[in-house]
Amino acid sequence: MTLSPMETAAAKTPDGLAKRIRGFSDRTIAWIFVAPTIFLLLAVNIFPLIWTIRLSFTNFRVNRPNNDVEWVGLRNYERILTDPDVWNTMQATAHFLIWTITLQVLIGFTLAYLINKKFKGNDMWTTIIVFPMMLSPAVVGNFWTFLYQPQIGLFNYVVAFFTGADPASFSMIGDVHLAPWAIVIADTWMWTPFVMLICLAGLRSIPDSIYEAAECDRASKWRQFWTITIPMALPFLMLAVLFRGIENFKMFDLVVQLTGGGPGNTTTLTSIDLKREAFEKWRTGYSSAYAVILFVTVFGLASIYVKALNKVKER
Amino acid sequence: MMNIINGLLRFRRGPWEMLATILIALGVIMLMQPFAIGLYTYSFIVTLVGTVMFIIVSHFPE
Repeated sequence: MTLSPMETAAAKTPDGLAKRIRGFSDRTIAWIFVAPTIFLLLAVNIFPLIWTIRLSFTNFRVNRPNNDVEWVGLRNYERILTDPDVWNTMQATAHFLIWTITLQVLIGFTLAYLINKKFKGNDMWTTIIVFPMMLSPAVVGNFWTFLYQPQIGLFNYVVAFFTGADPASFSMIGDVHLAPWAIVIADTWMWTPFVMLICLAGLRSIPDSIYEAAECDRASKWRQFWTITIPMALPFLMLAVLFRGIENFKMFDLVVQLTGGGPGNTTTLTSIDLKREAFEKWRTGYSSAYAVILFVTVFGLASIYVKALNKVKER
Repeated sequence: MMNIINGLLRFRRGPWEMLATILIALGVIMLMQPFAIGLYTYSFIVTLVGTVMFIIVSHFPE
Protein backbone atom coordinates (compact mmCIF):
# COMPACT_ATOMS: atom_id res chain seq x y z
CA MET A 1 0.00 0.00 0.00
CA THR A 2 1.43 3.40 -0.94
CA LEU A 3 1.04 6.33 1.47
CA SER A 4 0.08 9.82 0.37
CA PRO A 5 2.65 12.61 1.04
CA MET A 6 0.44 13.85 3.91
CA GLU A 7 0.33 10.39 5.49
CA THR A 8 4.09 10.00 5.04
CA ALA A 9 4.69 13.31 6.81
CA ALA A 10 2.27 12.32 9.59
CA ALA A 11 4.05 8.98 10.05
CA LYS A 12 7.41 10.78 10.38
CA THR A 13 6.14 13.16 13.11
CA PRO A 14 7.72 12.17 16.47
CA ASP A 15 5.26 10.43 18.80
CA GLY A 16 5.42 13.04 21.56
CA LEU A 17 4.71 15.94 19.19
CA ALA A 18 1.96 14.03 17.38
CA LYS A 19 0.18 13.36 20.70
CA ARG A 20 0.40 17.00 21.68
CA ILE A 21 -0.99 18.21 18.33
CA ARG A 22 -3.85 15.69 18.50
CA GLY A 23 -4.88 17.32 21.77
CA PHE A 24 -5.34 20.78 20.15
CA SER A 25 -8.77 22.03 19.17
CA ASP A 26 -9.41 23.24 15.58
CA ARG A 27 -9.56 26.78 16.90
CA THR A 28 -6.10 26.48 18.51
CA ILE A 29 -4.60 25.04 15.33
CA ALA A 30 -6.17 27.90 13.34
CA TRP A 31 -4.60 30.41 15.74
CA ILE A 32 -1.19 28.70 15.42
CA PHE A 33 -1.34 29.17 11.65
CA VAL A 34 -2.61 32.77 11.79
CA ALA A 35 -0.39 33.98 14.66
CA PRO A 36 2.82 34.58 12.62
CA THR A 37 0.90 36.76 10.13
CA ILE A 38 -0.80 38.71 12.91
CA PHE A 39 2.52 39.17 14.67
CA LEU A 40 4.16 40.41 11.45
CA LEU A 41 1.28 42.81 10.76
CA LEU A 42 1.48 44.21 14.27
CA ALA A 43 5.26 44.57 14.11
CA VAL A 44 5.50 46.01 10.60
CA ASN A 45 2.27 48.04 10.24
CA ILE A 46 0.41 48.72 13.46
CA PHE A 47 3.29 49.40 15.85
CA PRO A 48 5.09 51.90 13.52
CA LEU A 49 1.76 53.66 12.92
CA ILE A 50 1.06 54.08 16.63
CA TRP A 51 4.68 55.10 17.24
CA THR A 52 4.49 57.72 14.44
CA ILE A 53 1.30 59.18 15.92
CA ARG A 54 3.01 59.40 19.31
CA LEU A 55 6.14 61.04 17.84
CA SER A 56 4.01 63.58 15.96
CA PHE A 57 3.18 65.24 19.31
CA THR A 58 6.86 65.61 20.29
CA ASN A 59 9.95 67.55 19.17
CA PHE A 60 11.99 64.34 18.82
CA ARG A 61 14.96 64.41 16.44
CA VAL A 62 16.37 61.05 15.47
CA ASN A 63 19.88 62.51 14.94
CA ARG A 64 19.89 63.76 18.57
CA PRO A 65 18.73 60.70 20.50
CA ASN A 66 20.22 61.91 23.80
CA ASN A 67 18.26 65.19 23.85
CA ASP A 68 15.20 65.44 26.08
CA VAL A 69 12.00 64.75 24.17
CA GLU A 70 9.38 67.44 24.84
CA TRP A 71 5.65 66.95 24.43
CA VAL A 72 4.64 69.82 22.09
CA GLY A 73 0.96 68.97 21.67
CA LEU A 74 -0.50 70.06 18.34
CA ARG A 75 2.35 72.48 17.49
CA ASN A 76 3.77 70.29 14.68
CA TYR A 77 0.33 70.02 13.05
CA GLU A 78 -0.20 73.76 13.45
CA ARG A 79 3.13 74.51 11.75
CA ILE A 80 2.46 72.20 8.80
CA LEU A 81 -1.07 73.45 8.28
CA THR A 82 -0.08 77.12 8.26
CA ASP A 83 3.09 76.76 6.17
CA PRO A 84 2.67 78.19 2.61
CA ASP A 85 5.54 75.98 1.34
CA VAL A 86 3.78 72.78 2.42
CA TRP A 87 0.58 74.16 0.88
CA ASN A 88 2.45 74.63 -2.44
CA THR A 89 3.69 71.05 -2.17
CA MET A 90 0.11 69.84 -1.76
CA GLN A 91 -0.88 71.77 -4.88
CA ALA A 92 2.01 70.27 -6.86
CA THR A 93 0.86 66.81 -5.72
CA ALA A 94 -2.74 67.59 -6.70
CA HIS A 95 -1.61 68.72 -10.19
CA PHE A 96 0.45 65.55 -10.59
CA LEU A 97 -2.34 63.28 -9.32
CA ILE A 98 -5.18 64.77 -11.35
CA TRP A 99 -3.32 64.86 -14.67
CA THR A 100 -1.55 61.49 -14.40
CA ILE A 101 -4.76 59.68 -13.46
CA THR A 102 -6.81 61.43 -16.15
CA LEU A 103 -4.27 60.76 -18.91
CA GLN A 104 -3.52 57.20 -17.81
CA VAL A 105 -7.18 56.24 -17.66
CA LEU A 106 -8.02 57.83 -21.02
CA ILE A 107 -4.99 56.47 -22.90
CA GLY A 108 -5.01 53.14 -21.04
CA PHE A 109 -8.66 52.48 -21.78
CA THR A 110 -8.26 53.48 -25.44
CA LEU A 111 -5.28 51.14 -25.84
CA ALA A 112 -7.15 48.29 -24.10
CA TYR A 113 -10.15 48.86 -26.38
CA LEU A 114 -7.93 48.69 -29.47
CA ILE A 115 -5.89 45.69 -28.25
CA ASN A 116 -9.13 43.87 -27.41
CA LYS A 117 -10.03 43.82 -31.12
CA LYS A 118 -8.81 40.68 -32.86
CA PHE A 119 -5.98 41.52 -35.25
CA LYS A 120 -2.67 40.05 -36.42
CA GLY A 121 0.24 40.74 -34.04
CA ASN A 122 -2.11 41.44 -31.13
CA ASP A 123 0.11 39.65 -28.58
CA MET A 124 3.29 41.26 -29.86
CA TRP A 125 1.78 44.76 -29.50
CA THR A 126 0.57 43.97 -25.98
CA THR A 127 4.13 42.96 -24.99
CA ILE A 128 5.63 46.10 -26.56
CA ILE A 129 3.10 48.38 -24.85
CA VAL A 130 3.60 46.71 -21.46
CA PHE A 131 7.40 47.09 -21.66
CA PRO A 132 7.75 50.51 -19.86
CA MET A 133 5.96 49.15 -16.80
CA MET A 134 8.65 46.49 -16.33
CA LEU A 135 11.43 49.06 -15.96
CA SER A 136 12.65 50.44 -12.66
CA PRO A 137 11.31 53.96 -11.90
CA ALA A 138 14.89 55.13 -11.29
CA VAL A 139 15.90 53.97 -14.77
CA VAL A 140 12.85 55.60 -16.33
CA GLY A 141 13.61 58.87 -14.50
CA ASN A 142 17.20 58.74 -15.67
CA PHE A 143 16.55 58.17 -19.34
CA TRP A 144 13.70 60.72 -19.47
CA THR A 145 16.23 63.31 -18.25
CA PHE A 146 18.20 62.50 -21.41
CA LEU A 147 15.07 62.64 -23.56
CA TYR A 148 14.28 66.09 -22.10
CA GLN A 149 17.79 67.50 -22.75
CA PRO A 150 17.31 70.73 -24.76
CA GLN A 151 20.37 70.11 -26.99
CA ILE A 152 20.34 66.35 -27.59
CA GLY A 153 16.97 65.21 -26.22
CA LEU A 154 14.64 63.37 -28.58
CA PHE A 155 11.55 64.86 -26.89
CA ASN A 156 12.50 68.44 -27.80
CA TYR A 157 13.12 67.42 -31.43
CA VAL A 158 9.74 65.68 -31.66
CA VAL A 159 8.00 68.78 -30.25
CA ALA A 160 10.05 70.96 -32.62
CA PHE A 161 9.02 68.79 -35.57
CA PHE A 162 5.32 69.30 -34.84
CA THR A 163 5.39 72.94 -33.67
CA GLY A 164 8.29 74.39 -35.64
CA ALA A 165 9.87 75.76 -32.43
CA ASP A 166 13.63 75.68 -31.92
CA PRO A 167 14.47 72.47 -29.95
CA ALA A 168 16.98 74.32 -27.77
CA SER A 169 14.52 77.12 -26.97
CA PHE A 170 12.81 75.26 -24.11
CA SER A 171 13.85 72.94 -21.30
CA MET A 172 11.20 70.61 -19.94
CA ILE A 173 12.93 70.02 -16.60
CA GLY A 174 14.50 73.46 -16.24
CA ASP A 175 11.40 75.60 -16.74
CA VAL A 176 9.08 76.25 -13.79
CA HIS A 177 5.99 76.04 -16.01
CA LEU A 178 7.05 72.92 -17.95
CA ALA A 179 8.65 70.83 -15.18
CA PRO A 180 5.30 69.77 -13.60
CA TRP A 181 4.25 68.52 -17.05
CA ALA A 182 7.57 66.74 -17.55
CA ILE A 183 6.90 64.47 -14.55
CA VAL A 184 3.28 63.94 -15.66
CA ILE A 185 4.43 62.80 -19.12
CA ALA A 186 7.12 60.44 -17.77
CA ASP A 187 4.74 58.86 -15.23
CA THR A 188 1.99 58.53 -17.86
CA TRP A 189 4.43 56.84 -20.24
CA MET A 190 5.48 54.39 -17.55
CA TRP A 191 2.16 53.50 -15.92
CA THR A 192 -0.43 53.71 -18.74
CA PRO A 193 0.28 50.02 -19.60
CA PHE A 194 -0.75 49.05 -16.07
CA VAL A 195 -4.13 50.76 -16.50
CA MET A 196 -4.39 49.20 -19.95
CA LEU A 197 -3.90 45.69 -18.53
CA ILE A 198 -6.61 46.18 -15.89
CA CYS A 199 -9.00 47.62 -18.50
CA LEU A 200 -8.17 44.75 -20.86
CA ALA A 201 -9.13 42.25 -18.14
CA GLY A 202 -12.41 44.14 -17.75
CA LEU A 203 -13.14 44.21 -21.47
CA ARG A 204 -12.33 40.50 -21.89
CA SER A 205 -14.71 39.64 -19.05
CA ILE A 206 -17.71 40.99 -21.03
CA PRO A 207 -19.49 38.02 -22.67
CA ASP A 208 -19.89 38.20 -26.47
CA SER A 209 -23.53 37.15 -26.09
CA ILE A 210 -24.41 40.61 -24.72
CA TYR A 211 -23.02 42.30 -27.84
CA GLU A 212 -24.80 39.74 -30.03
CA ALA A 213 -28.10 40.50 -28.28
CA ALA A 214 -27.45 44.23 -28.80
CA GLU A 215 -26.74 43.58 -32.49
CA CYS A 216 -30.08 41.73 -32.78
CA ASP A 217 -31.76 44.80 -31.26
CA ARG A 218 -29.97 46.92 -33.90
CA ALA A 219 -28.04 48.93 -31.31
CA SER A 220 -25.33 51.07 -32.92
CA LYS A 221 -21.63 50.59 -32.00
CA TRP A 222 -21.72 53.92 -30.18
CA ARG A 223 -24.76 52.82 -28.17
CA GLN A 224 -23.12 49.44 -27.38
CA PHE A 225 -20.03 51.25 -26.16
CA TRP A 226 -21.92 53.52 -23.75
CA THR A 227 -24.52 51.02 -22.51
CA ILE A 228 -22.50 47.77 -22.42
CA THR A 229 -18.74 48.35 -22.59
CA ILE A 230 -18.38 51.31 -20.21
CA PRO A 231 -20.79 50.10 -17.44
CA MET A 232 -19.31 46.59 -17.44
CA ALA A 233 -15.71 47.79 -17.46
CA LEU A 234 -16.38 50.50 -14.83
CA PRO A 235 -15.38 48.44 -11.73
CA PHE A 236 -12.05 47.68 -13.39
CA LEU A 237 -11.55 51.32 -14.34
CA MET A 238 -12.29 52.37 -10.77
CA LEU A 239 -9.82 49.78 -9.47
CA ALA A 240 -7.16 51.19 -11.79
CA VAL A 241 -7.88 54.73 -10.54
CA LEU A 242 -7.63 53.53 -6.91
CA PHE A 243 -4.29 51.79 -7.48
CA ARG A 244 -2.77 54.65 -9.45
CA GLY A 245 -4.18 57.28 -7.06
CA ILE A 246 -2.59 55.69 -4.00
CA GLU A 247 0.67 54.95 -5.83
CA ASN A 248 0.97 58.47 -7.25
CA PHE A 249 0.13 60.09 -3.92
CA LYS A 250 3.36 58.58 -2.60
CA MET A 251 5.35 58.98 -5.84
CA PHE A 252 9.02 59.51 -5.04
CA ASP A 253 11.72 57.70 -7.03
CA LEU A 254 10.77 58.70 -10.57
CA VAL A 255 10.40 62.40 -9.71
CA VAL A 256 13.57 62.53 -7.59
CA GLN A 257 15.55 61.02 -10.44
CA LEU A 258 13.93 63.26 -13.06
CA THR A 259 13.81 66.71 -11.48
CA GLY A 260 14.94 66.28 -7.86
CA GLY A 261 11.89 68.35 -6.88
CA GLY A 262 13.03 71.40 -8.89
CA PRO A 263 13.29 73.90 -10.41
CA GLY A 264 12.68 75.67 -7.12
CA ASN A 265 9.96 73.64 -5.46
CA THR A 266 7.70 73.27 -8.49
CA THR A 267 7.90 69.46 -8.62
CA THR A 268 8.42 68.84 -4.91
CA LEU A 269 5.66 66.35 -4.16
CA THR A 270 4.58 65.61 -0.60
CA SER A 271 6.63 62.40 -0.38
CA ILE A 272 9.80 64.25 -1.44
CA ASP A 273 9.13 67.06 1.03
CA LEU A 274 8.43 64.52 3.77
CA LYS A 275 11.70 62.69 3.07
CA ARG A 276 13.63 65.99 3.25
CA GLU A 277 12.05 66.92 6.57
CA ALA A 278 12.63 63.44 8.03
CA PHE A 279 16.07 62.49 6.70
CA GLU A 280 17.79 65.72 5.64
CA LYS A 281 16.57 68.19 8.28
CA TRP A 282 16.04 65.38 10.83
CA ARG A 283 12.83 66.91 12.19
CA THR A 284 11.35 63.56 13.18
CA GLY A 285 8.41 64.87 15.25
CA TYR A 286 7.42 67.36 12.56
CA SER A 287 7.75 64.81 9.75
CA SER A 288 5.72 62.29 11.78
CA ALA A 289 2.87 64.82 11.94
CA TYR A 290 3.27 65.36 8.19
CA ALA A 291 3.07 61.58 7.62
CA VAL A 292 -0.06 61.33 9.79
CA ILE A 293 -1.78 64.06 7.73
CA LEU A 294 -0.97 62.23 4.49
CA PHE A 295 -2.04 58.90 5.98
CA VAL A 296 -5.44 60.22 7.09
CA THR A 297 -5.98 61.79 3.65
CA VAL A 298 -5.15 58.60 1.73
CA PHE A 299 -7.08 56.43 4.20
CA GLY A 300 -10.17 58.64 3.93
CA LEU A 301 -10.03 58.70 0.14
CA ALA A 302 -9.46 54.95 -0.08
CA SER A 303 -12.43 54.31 2.25
CA ILE A 304 -14.92 56.23 0.13
CA TYR A 305 -13.43 54.78 -3.02
CA VAL A 306 -13.77 51.18 -1.84
CA LYS A 307 -17.37 51.92 -0.87
CA ALA A 308 -18.07 53.31 -4.36
CA LEU A 309 -16.37 50.29 -5.93
CA ASN A 310 -18.55 47.88 -3.94
CA LYS A 311 -21.68 49.77 -5.01
CA VAL A 312 -20.68 49.55 -8.68
CA LYS A 313 -19.97 45.81 -8.33
CA GLU A 314 -23.39 45.22 -6.68
CA ARG A 315 -25.24 46.68 -9.69
CA MET B 1 -34.48 65.37 1.98
CA MET B 2 -36.80 64.23 4.81
CA ASN B 3 -35.62 60.64 4.24
CA ILE B 4 -32.00 61.68 4.77
CA ILE B 5 -32.85 63.63 7.95
CA ASN B 6 -34.90 60.69 9.26
CA GLY B 7 -32.01 58.31 8.48
CA LEU B 8 -29.58 60.56 10.35
CA LEU B 9 -31.90 60.77 13.36
CA ARG B 10 -32.41 57.00 13.41
CA PHE B 11 -28.64 56.34 13.03
CA ARG B 12 -28.96 54.52 9.69
CA ARG B 13 -25.75 53.70 7.81
CA GLY B 14 -26.61 55.18 4.37
CA PRO B 15 -27.13 58.87 5.26
CA TRP B 16 -24.34 58.90 7.84
CA GLU B 17 -21.89 57.35 5.36
CA MET B 18 -22.94 59.98 2.83
CA LEU B 19 -22.22 62.73 5.37
CA ALA B 20 -18.81 61.22 6.20
CA THR B 21 -18.01 60.90 2.48
CA ILE B 22 -18.89 64.56 1.90
CA LEU B 23 -16.64 65.60 4.79
CA ILE B 24 -13.68 63.53 3.51
CA ALA B 25 -14.08 64.86 -0.05
CA LEU B 26 -14.42 68.42 1.26
CA GLY B 27 -11.29 67.98 3.43
CA VAL B 28 -9.21 66.69 0.50
CA ILE B 29 -10.39 69.53 -1.76
CA MET B 30 -9.55 72.05 1.01
CA LEU B 31 -6.10 70.47 1.40
CA MET B 32 -5.17 70.74 -2.26
CA GLN B 33 -6.99 73.88 -3.46
CA PRO B 34 -4.81 76.81 -4.50
CA PHE B 35 -7.18 79.64 -3.44
CA ALA B 36 -7.17 80.23 0.35
CA ILE B 37 -4.62 79.17 2.95
CA GLY B 38 -7.36 79.39 5.60
CA LEU B 39 -9.18 76.50 3.95
CA TYR B 40 -5.91 74.56 3.83
CA THR B 41 -5.40 75.12 7.57
CA TYR B 42 -8.74 73.54 8.47
CA SER B 43 -8.55 70.76 5.84
CA PHE B 44 -6.95 68.16 8.10
CA ILE B 45 -9.50 68.41 10.90
CA VAL B 46 -12.36 68.11 8.35
CA THR B 47 -10.76 65.02 6.74
CA LEU B 48 -10.01 63.48 10.14
CA VAL B 49 -13.58 63.98 11.39
CA GLY B 50 -14.92 62.51 8.12
CA THR B 51 -12.60 59.49 8.25
CA VAL B 52 -13.29 58.67 11.90
CA MET B 53 -17.01 59.16 11.29
CA PHE B 54 -16.81 56.83 8.27
CA ILE B 55 -15.17 54.08 10.34
CA ILE B 56 -17.80 54.41 13.10
CA VAL B 57 -20.92 54.71 10.93
CA SER B 58 -19.94 51.76 8.70
CA HIS B 59 -20.99 49.62 11.72
CA PHE B 60 -24.46 51.18 11.89
CA PRO B 61 -27.46 49.08 10.72
CA GLU B 62 -28.62 49.48 7.10
